[in-house]
Amino acid sequence: MLKLVTLRKAAFMSAAGSLLLGGCAAPKPLYQWEGYQTQVYEYFKGESKEAQVTALEAGIQKIQAQGGAVPPGYHAQLGMLYLGLGKDEQMAKQFQTEKTLFPESAQYMDFLLKNASRGSNAGNSGATSATGNTTKESQQ
Amino acid sequence: MMRRLLTWLATLGVVMMFAGCAANRPQQVDYAAFKESRPRSILVLPPLNESPDIKATYGMLSQATFPLAESGYYVLPVALVDETFRQNGLTTPGDIHEVSPAKLRDIFGADAALYMKVTSYGSRYQVVSSVTKVTASAKLVDLRNGNTLWTGSATATNDSGSNASGGLIGMLVSAAISQAMNHVFDATYKVAENTSLRLLSAGQPGGILYGPRSPKYQSD
Repeated sequence: MLKLVTLRKAAFMSAAGSLLLGGCAAPKPLYQWEGYQTQVYEYFKGESKEAQVTALEAGIQKIQAQGGAVPPGYHAQLGMLYLGLGKDEQMAKQFQTEKTLFPESAQYMDFLLKNASRGSNAGNSGATSATGNTTKESQQ
Repeated sequence: MMRRLLTWLATLGVVMMFAGCAANRPQQVDYAAFKESRPRSILVLPPLNESPDIKATYGMLSQATFPLAESGYYVLPVALVDETFRQNGLTTPGDIHEVSPAKLRDIFGADAALYMKVTSYGSRYQVVSSVTKVTASAKLVDLRNGNTLWTGSATATNDSGSNASGGLIGMLVSAAISQAMNHVFDATYKVAENTSLRLLSAGQPGGILYGPRSPKYQSD
């Protein structure tokens, strides 16, 4: 009888367990996206850069307030928008942050930062050079 | 009798507990090169477009980051990458897809590149109703040696709904609803999002493998 009770318990427990894991406990997102892809699409459609900056800045505030993780590319996207608005210093800061959060981006971010500093040294607005003109590089 | 039944139930429960999680991968997909390469970062190139709708390339490109990043990869900033190509005179996906893997690796430092092709993007009006369909295929290439690591294709339509339940893709589908809220009037863009999730999410039969930033890395 005792054995039967234990077995019954085991049957119940395992049935409950399978229900619990059966749907494969929905994983949680790794990042808090806050409309990153929407803003990327706005950029491709040629919509207002100021509006995109406002949306992305508000997104970062929200992510920080809620303790979430900023997704890959988010800071770099914001940096590119700053560059388009002539805010070179803020651009560099965003590219640095991208690099810190995601060391996988280091090579590309360094490439962009190098182009940006060369652009400003040459007296350019930076807007064309910072996003990476490789032909300029090969001419050197 | 009762006891046998209970024993059987207990065993079945345990078996189901594990079966719920394991997705059966089709045998024909060869992951050997993928597992050997173990890329950490993915460079998504602007997709080729074989559909009549010019919005296809950027509709797909802007929605590729979410599934790939949630699968555990660093995805290079797609708009910035596109800008870099433009600054170098490469303005069409066709030109960009011709750039050698070594050159891409040199500039972007990515481990792998994703080459996509959109073959269907938009609505086809039929007698009584219209169907919006987005079909795309993708190829993941190791930029360190040019090897193909994975290929796949996916289709989504506005009448197919989301039949994905559980697992990563189920979570992404439900999370994605809020993502495209601002584009409710762009029906094809919304369908393209579903295509992207089906095409580029790990943890499904024939899909890409989980990347290093996922807790499920190397579990597949």
